[in-house]
Amino acid sequence: MALQHTPLYAAHQKLGGKLIEFGGWEMPVQYSSIIDEHLAVRKAAGLFDISHMGEASIRGAGALEFLNHTLGNDLRKLPVGQGQYTHLCNERGGVIDDLYAYHVGEQDFLLIINASRIEADVAWIEKQLAAWPQRATVEFKNLSDEMGAVALQGPRAVEFIDPCFTGPALRGTRVERPSHLVKNQLGVFTFEGHGVHVARTGYTGEDGFEIIAPAAIIEAVWNKILAAGHAHCCQPAGLGARDTLRTEACYPLYGHELDEETTPIEAGLGFFVALDKGEFIGRATLAAQKANGVTKKLVAFKMTSKSAPPRPHYPIWSSGPDAAPIGEVTSGTQSPSLSLGIGLGYVKPEFARPGTLIEIEIRGRRAPAEVVAKPIYHK
Amino acid sequence: MSTQVPADLKYAKSHEWVRLAGDVATVGITDHAQHELTDVVFVELPAVGRTVKAGEACAVVESVKTASDIYSPVSGEILAANKAVSDNPALVNTQPFADGWFFQIKLSNPAELAALLDAAGYSQLIGQ
Repeated sequence: MALQHTPLYAAHQKLGGKLIEFGGWEMPVQYSSIIDEHLAVRKAAGLFDISHMGEASIRGAGALEFLNHTLGNDLRKLPVGQGQYTHLCNERGGVIDDLYAYHVGEQDFLLIINASRIEADVAWIEKQLAAWPQRATVEFKNLSDEMGAVALQGPRAVEFIDPCFTGPALRGTRVERPSHLVKNQLGVFTFEGHGVHVARTGYTGEDGFEIIAPAAIIEAVWNKILAAGHAHCCQPAGLGARDTLRTEACYPLYGHELDEETTPIEAGLGFFVALDKGEFIGRATLAAQKANGVTKKLVAFKMTSKSAPPRPHYPIWSSGPDAAPIGEVTSGTQSPSLSLGIGLGYVKPEFARPGTLIEIEIRGRRAPAEVVAKPIYHK
Repeated sequence: MSTQVPADLKYAKSHEWVRLAGDVATVGITDHAQHELTDVVFVELPAVGRTVKAGEACAVVESVKTASDIYSPVSGEILAANKAVSDNPALVNTQPFADGWFFQIKLSNPAELAALLDAAGYSQLIGQ
């Protein structure tokens, strides 16, 4: 199948981005260097194309009730103008996708879903909706092809976001300027006559904004932000830095930490599962796991001596004279912030406590590591 | 992006270069390869004294993204491994044909050199 391109493909080529295949999309892995771009986001700002991600709109009088039955977190606690991290689970509690749900207006929700999961999510939601008694009160629409998105991330993003968009916000959280949004808030601002969604969210562990706009104007948004950010040391950043940043911040990546056979409880994301909200798909398994415990737990770890970086699927061993296999790495890399190997992986629960010494098997040899508290990197 | 392909070296299709001095070959990876790999963060080198065959995986180079095997372009005995590059793997990116070399090998079958590419052949291979 031919690789898909985002509306920013030409912009990436112009900037000399090195393009790779990612989940069926041809995307920039880097423009200058993964390490440079990573450090720019930690110290100043970076701009990412996230147009490959999917968007879906759910509206209508029955939208809230339907979504609260379909997603794990509690949308009743989400005021208009706010977003929350949540999961789309199957009946077994396994994760079909992890996503952000925004309450844009009364009876109006926007879901931001993973690029690789658009088809699976849309099929699942349509199937649930077809079986929903009040389906006539819910309007579901996949907007993924019509929308583009960029993420402006880093401590200096707030210095130059405001001149890029015209306030006040017309919908969502009705602040004067994007910089007045607080974490997880979203406002609809104006850009060249179009309404664009600006949310104070991200996937890097830094302050920042995600902007969702019609595909036809996303390149203009991209150029405007890059121009405004130039004097603030903002640079374009690729998927390579996006991955190292999220790994340091211990954010899961679908297909690595999460899949249909893994639950949010096992992934340590129980905080985002509202078992007290009443029935929802997957609840029985998730409640049982919460009460009785799990057979695997996601941990973060650091290598404790010089070694090759850990990588996905490397075996994890316990440490000491009775060393035995206890799990598997799901994400691993060299941390540009810490200059050592870091990773995430599933282990038997008795090895999940921070401070536990473990070993990572790298090409047949075991290298020492330690389970650490999440996030791995914080300021 | 245009990359360097020094005229005085021999090249393997797997993107290693060979610099000859008598019957000793110095081996590293090309400028093109380091561009493709991106930031190199770890290099694992063969033990001195090990005997390797042409085409045998005998070193590993790791970028932020991924691990890649490095193959010996020729057969022989490893005479030296570059400690500077294990201590500072970024040398592979900054000086791929100089301080970023990987290992030196004493040729056991110099006839294998004929199978390697010259600079023109390698440039063609990488579409330059």
